[in-house]
Amino acid sequence: MSQAKVFKPMGTIEADTPSASVRKRRGLTSEDAWGFFFILPQVIGLVVFVIVPVVFSLYLCFANWDFVKPPEVVGLSNIQSVLADEDFYTAIRNTFVIVLTIVPLTVIISLGLALLTNRNIRGLALFKAGFFLPMVTTSVAIAAVWYWLFAPDFGLINAFLSMFGIQGPGWLADPAWAKAAIVIMISWQSMGYFYILFLAGLKHIPQEYYDAASIDGAERISLFRYVTLPMLSPTLFFVLTTMLIGSFTTFDVAYVLTRGGPVNSTYTIVMYIYDLAFRYFKMGSAAVASWVLFIILFVITLVQFQFSKLWVNYDQQ
Amino acid sequence: MTSNSLSPGVFQNRSLVRWPAFNLEMVLIYIVLLLVLITTIVPFYWMVTTSLKMDEAIFRMPPDLLPSPATINNYQQVFDLMPMGAALVNSIKIAVIATFGTLLSSSMAAYAFAKIKFRFRNVLFFGFLATMMIPGQVTLIPLYILFSRLGWIDTHLPLMVPFMLINAYGVFLLRQFMMGIPDAYIEAARLDGASHLQIYFRIMMPLCKPALVTLGLFSFLGNWNNFLGPLIFLNTDSNFTVPLIINSFRTAYGTNWGLLMAAACVAIIPPLLLYLLAQRFFVQGVALSGLRG
Repeated sequence: MSQAKVFKPMGTIEADTPSASVRKRRGLTSEDAWGFFFILPQVIGLVVFVIVPVVFSLYLCFANWDFVKPPEVVGLSNIQSVLADEDFYTAIRNTFVIVLTIVPLTVIISLGLALLTNRNIRGLALFKAGFFLPMVTTSVAIAAVWYWLFAPDFGLINAFLSMFGIQGPGWLADPAWAKAAIVIMISWQSMGYFYILFLAGLKHIPQEYYDAASIDGAERISLFRYVTLPMLSPTLFFVLTTMLIGSFTTFDVAYVLTRGGPVNSTYTIVMYIYDLAFRYFKMGSAAVASWVLFIILFVITLVQFQFSKLWVNYDQQ
Repeated sequence: MTSNSLSPGVFQNRSLVRWPAFNLEMVLIYIVLLLVLITTIVPFYWMVTTSLKMDEAIFRMPPDLLPSPATINNYQQVFDLMPMGAALVNSIKIAVIATFGTLLSSSMAAYAFAKIKFRFRNVLFFGFLATMMIPGQVTLIPLYILFSRLGWIDTHLPLMVPFMLINAYGVFLLRQFMMGIPDAYIEAARLDGASHLQIYFRIMMPLCKPALVTLGLFSFLGNWNNFLGPLIFLNTDSNFTVPLIINSFRTAYGTNWGLLMAAACVAIIPPLLLYLLAQRFFVQGVALSGLRG
């Protein structure tokens, strides 16, 4: 393996190690050196691919750059132009509508399935494998399939609806239904992942809690309300946090299904950033939009953490 | 490699309701589960059957449940019209190299954070965790600029190198796993004169196998399915990855559904095989990540 070559220079330090935890002098100990050596590749990655780009992105917020001419500092004009751009507000509004629909829908479906299967179910492994399947497949590929399923005149969904005499909507062609189509597909795709998270959380709740509550005469609803929900709250918190961040930054599905249309009805923040940067070459404005996305995510996560003290019960086991 | 070594107790069966001979509730539950299963399977079924249909049979209403006659013509065309073969090679190369890089570098960092007491350890670890908050969109534009300066645009390097060198989530996951391995193992080895390098390779890596497999699978899938990255960094057909080929079938050839479905089938075969082979690790990995949260 090529790894051996990489590690050779460290041979000198290796010779020092027997005196491991003893600090020889006031400088770096060999433990320090070993620690730095082991984290070195990731630290290089962190600096080059995260920290420097983040700092540069901040600079770009206040600079004009189209790739051709050298960047020039323009003060607040990028921020002003983004804030004056109607597409920006459309993108934010659409993203919020899509996210706020996906999250409750997916939580209800995946938690519901987990509650249903948290018992002896024959063939549970098969169901699990099936539910999780959409998660592992390439979004672009499976979104292309859904594009067709949603087709108004020859798609499978409307064909199915017409069996019941229902005239299906235009889905991706209809501004009112295109968002719904995207929500359905993303929910369909991510449901299995959250289902497995919830099921693992449920299996972690000790049976004794239920037994004790049942002896006290608790009904099923109150068992759920006073045993399951509090015990599951850390999982629920994790799910909500991941799902919110994930659906705010989603791109593939909406891009393949609608490219933001019809009439911008599914245009999201990430598409807006992509367009600014790689269609209009306004790097400064794109940087501003990406920071708006970051601030939204940051505030939501912060609020969630604050609220979590009120309802998340970490006091278990 | 039992499930217990990953997350004790998670996969034990603790039933709320005992298995009865027959009751209405269980029947209803099975009906619901079957309906959901059908919903998850139908798009895949549709994709596979359509890819095997003749052109004139594709739009038949009501649709044929099975292709008759079946044809592999679409698959041949996928490979003839677009460089699908090259794309498969590209995608596999990128995903494999990025995955091995990420496993090596993040397990090294995880080992240091979990088992070596070095200066600034906590500050640096916190720094890693903090970067998990930053959405990729913020660094996307500066990275594009960086890669174009380096002459990396339209090469596979931007799709591999960053993933090989930075994976805060992977560091976190592996560090949590390694924290669960008793320090006594390491101390014993140190007394025997083993260096950290030897301990890392000979003791930690074998013990971390379940966590490494899980992280490796997710890393492979993430890279295989990556769409935005290749869309931005690649221009030439012969450099394309599989998701880009699928995308180009929609633009360049209008929408030829048979071809598109065949291309989609080709794209999901590798992740599907991986999933079927290592399904247990996926389920464990997901559960593991949630319980840490």
